[in-house]
Amino acid sequence: MKLTVKNKTGLVFFPAFDWAISPTHPEREERLLYTQDQVFEEGLLDIEGIEELRPELVTVEDVQRVHFCVPDVDKVMTESHFISAGCAKTIGKAVLDKKIERGFSLARPPGHHAMRVVHGARGFCNVNIEAIMIEYLRREYNIRKVAIVDTDCHHGDGTQDIYWHDPDTLFISLHQDGRTLYPGSGFPYELGGPNAFAATINIPLPPYTSDEGFLFTIKNVVMPILDDFKPEIIINSAGQDNHFSDPITQMNFSAQGYAALTSILKPDIAVLEGGYSIEGALPYVNLGIILAMAGIDYSRVEEPCYDPDKYRQTPDITMNIEKTGETVLSYWQNRDKMAERIRGNKDFDERKRSIYYDTDNIREQQKETVKICPDCAGALKIDSTSDRGTRLLAVHIPLRACGKCRELGYIWYHSADSNSYDMVFLQDRTEDKYLERANE
Amino acid sequence: MIIGLDVGGTHTDVVLLGKNGIEREIKVPTDESDLFCSVLSGLEKITANIDPSVIERIVLSTTLITNAVVQNKIPEVGMIVSSGPGIDPEYYRTNRFYYPVAGSIDHRGREIEPIDKNEIERIAWDLKKEGIRYVGVVGKFSVRNPAHEQNIARILGNFFEKVFTGHRISGSLNFPRRIATTYINAAAYPIHKCFFDAVNKSLQKKGLNVPIDILKADGGTMSLDSSSDFPGHAIFSGPAASAMGAMPFAPDNEDCIVLDIGGTTTDIAVLINHVPVLNPVGISIGGYKTLIRSLETHSIAVGGDSAITFDNHNKLKIGPQRLGPAMLYGGSVPTITDALVVLGKVKDCDSDKSYRGIESLALKAGTSAMETASSIFDQACNTILSEIRDMLSRINSKPVYTIHEFMEGYKLSPKKILLIGGPAPYFARRIEELSEFRIGVVPRWNVANAIGAAIARTTCEVTLFADTEQGFTVSVEEGFKEKVAVNFSMSDALKTASALLMKKAVKRGGNSSDLEMEVIESLQFNMVKGFCTTGRNIRVRVQVKPGLIHGFDSIADMLTV
Repeated sequence: MKLTVKNKTGLVFFPAFDWAISPTHPEREERLLYTQDQVFEEGLLDIEGIEELRPELVTVEDVQRVHFCVPDVDKVMTESHFISAGCAKTIGKAVLDKKIERGFSLARPPGHHAMRVVHGARGFCNVNIEAIMIEYLRREYNIRKVAIVDTDCHHGDGTQDIYWHDPDTLFISLHQDGRTLYPGSGFPYELGGPNAFAATINIPLPPYTSDEGFLFTIKNVVMPILDDFKPEIIINSAGQDNHFSDPITQMNFSAQGYAALTSILKPDIAVLEGGYSIEGALPYVNLGIILAMAGIDYSRVEEPCYDPDKYRQTPDITMNIEKTGETVLSYWQNRDKMAERIRGNKDFDERKRSIYYDTDNIREQQKETVKICPDCAGALKIDSTSDRGTRLLAVHIPLRACGKCRELGYIWYHSADSNSYDMVFLQDRTEDKYLERANE
Repeated sequence: MIIGLDVGGTHTDVVLLGKNGIEREIKVPTDESDLFCSVLSGLEKITANIDPSVIERIVLSTTLITNAVVQNKIPEVGMIVSSGPGIDPEYYRTNRFYYPVAGSIDHRGREIEPIDKNEIERIAWDLKKEGIRYVGVVGKFSVRNPAHEQNIARILGNFFEKVFTGHRISGSLNFPRRIATTYINAAAYPIHKCFFDAVNKSLQKKGLNVPIDILKADGGTMSLDSSSDFPGHAIFSGPAASAMGAMPFAPDNEDCIVLDIGGTTTDIAVLINHVPVLNPVGISIGGYKTLIRSLETHSIAVGGDSAITFDNHNKLKIGPQRLGPAMLYGGSVPTITDALVVLGKVKDCDSDKSYRGIESLALKAGTSAMETASSIFDQACNTILSEIRDMLSRINSKPVYTIHEFMEGYKLSPKKILLIGGPAPYFARRIEELSEFRIGVVPRWNVANAIGAAIARTTCEVTLFADTEQGFTVSVEEGFKEKVAVNFSMSDALKTASALLMKKAVKRGGNSSDLEMEVIESLQFNMVKGFCTTGRNIRVRVQVKPGLIHGFDSIADMLTV
């Protein structure tokens, strides 16, 4: 019997053994230690067709393609964030260069709670790893349609925020119901902005959902939507905190379930997100995901104490999941009609939000204005004030902006009243430029 | 005085070293089918008319086990493997008598599933019936907790001549490599034992009652006694001998390439400020990936005797085989050596034979013999150079796991190549012309490898693991386990590991004055349950650096005078 790999798979492994949010924080040095032990002991890196890549750093420009960092990139990112985002970038490049068919970035810290404007850390995240990678790949490889399937137990509210107005990025999040878990969002009715309606899909799952419910949703809801959308690449935000042993969530997913999910979803790129059962889950879940990505038999990957009967979901959970699936699919199928109704005859759409940075204890108030545009993702401006007293105006001109939206973006940027704002930023993605107006 | 002997693919090189340098050097042809004869005739010639009592040490570097494994001429052994969850151990089957069994240990060394005594006994009877005499026992995570391997070995003890356990090989985590390495050690054992018993007996007959040391792939030595537990460590000692031989001549405070151009192959090694770069995992040989510690070396099939032929596109092709000696020496296929003769680099009265060989190639290529010879030679030099560059970029692109290593990441950038091996001086100038490197030829280049073997010190490594939550520290290779208090610290761990290393090195034949120790890994982690620190997980790895034995550090001066 010879161990053969179906898909040439790349791994970037960066456990950051010298970085932690604080000594006893879940996001600490030890987090990937046992995963590394398991990966090394299983000899995964020796398997022909599994290749370990050395990560590179992301640049400040890579970050500014996605984020508005307050006051600047270097103040919100540590070296570990540059490397962690660099790990995803390395995998993305290797996939698009066809050096590998699929890749998995096992790095920390994670990123899916980081939104477009960054005042500090939320949900252990400072910058959005996946978004930085995707926008780099769009810039360098000219890809357009991207799907992100976020299987972390927490709603990927940061990624959702960044792609809320982008019709070319399909963001699907499966997570524990927001009424029972941080960050408290991710309901089916959150479907994206008027220019990108239903490019955001949220599938909340009830607490104690097991393998059955996850796999049902992937097969019957996620896959049909992906088939319709026809992305050029599929990215999995591979959080591992749906595991039955995770200390900060209430789900009942197993290593076998994660591996099966991966082999159904067939992501081109997987990026590790959360997952804090560092001894009982991560070593086995990561092993299962890597084997599934490479197309190697994973049938013997099992947690030591796993008893499927103990973690089986109840019939009312099954019903709940099936109902959510129907709702989501009906939104998806009727998306064009619904979008038209939402756009109406409006020129602009506004949303006001209060955003809490739990890790850094910052409260931000946002007013977001987007141009409703039939030709592009629409010019976007964000008026943001933090309770630390900083107010900024951030203007985003999307990658494929029409001439009018581009012009509007520059008008917003130049006409902002410098007495009202501490900082004024412009992201002009059409020219890959990031501008900051000096405050006189 | 010390004897160093290195068996190469073509020649066996032997030197006799005294306090004043080389007393004697000889080369005898290597007979791959009878290595014992090659080794013995080398030793006989080097000691002819020498008073046996002046010989203090003999270091042997042979291709015995390398050849046996590569050619798969090894006896049947039994393998018992317990894996627990993960990849099916059937994928790592080494041989016919390979038994995956019950039992599982997790990544922290906790027992998940016990072994089944009856199952082991049944297998023991089976193996016994088959006439198996040596057995390897390997468990997943046995380096965290060797209890299962030890218990299985205890059950097997009465049935077999020798039982090899995986945890004794290395502290590194890698279950498939642990299986392959244990298998190689078990299978190589009878070959190794039979060979060296015979060598020892012959030497004693001559009154040479001297301890024999065996050169290992990591450029260090081990005593013959301790080698019987780890005969696999002697694999690929040849390239290590070369690197050690070049070491005294390496420039201070810079990186340097060592190139050993032999008859069949050219071996590349790298030195950083005199110290050879080690391979972080282990040797790959004959389809097996192992945990055998070795220098980072790369072997390419280019040597003086590489046959020159035409490929499918009618282009000159160097090697990869050796099809006998150069035509100069009566061979039937032209070689690089013949090209060197035509180029006037090698002078010999039989040069006609070389001309004839190269001319036959030139005729087919439609050029002159001179042009053909020079394009063969350039092709050989360029192949070597491109392999050097590939190797450097491979080493430089190895992943690291901490921000510190990432930011401080050391990159090799050698400016110098040291050449050794028979054809070394002929290659030196051309390689320099074709590259950005400075070239130096090591004095006594044709026996530098044997000198390297003679003056290599004993090396070894110790891995120590502490888990203060579970309250123990353990070095499984050393059979060491102790209770520790919650405040057991990194410096305690380093102290414990250093003491174990010192003991191990002396036991393996080291001289305590030679032991230059260094820490190669030290990591510690707070273990947290909920939001409280419950203990510390400490991992330490220390080694005796490969280097030269005391009293021969200044060998460079003796040889250059």
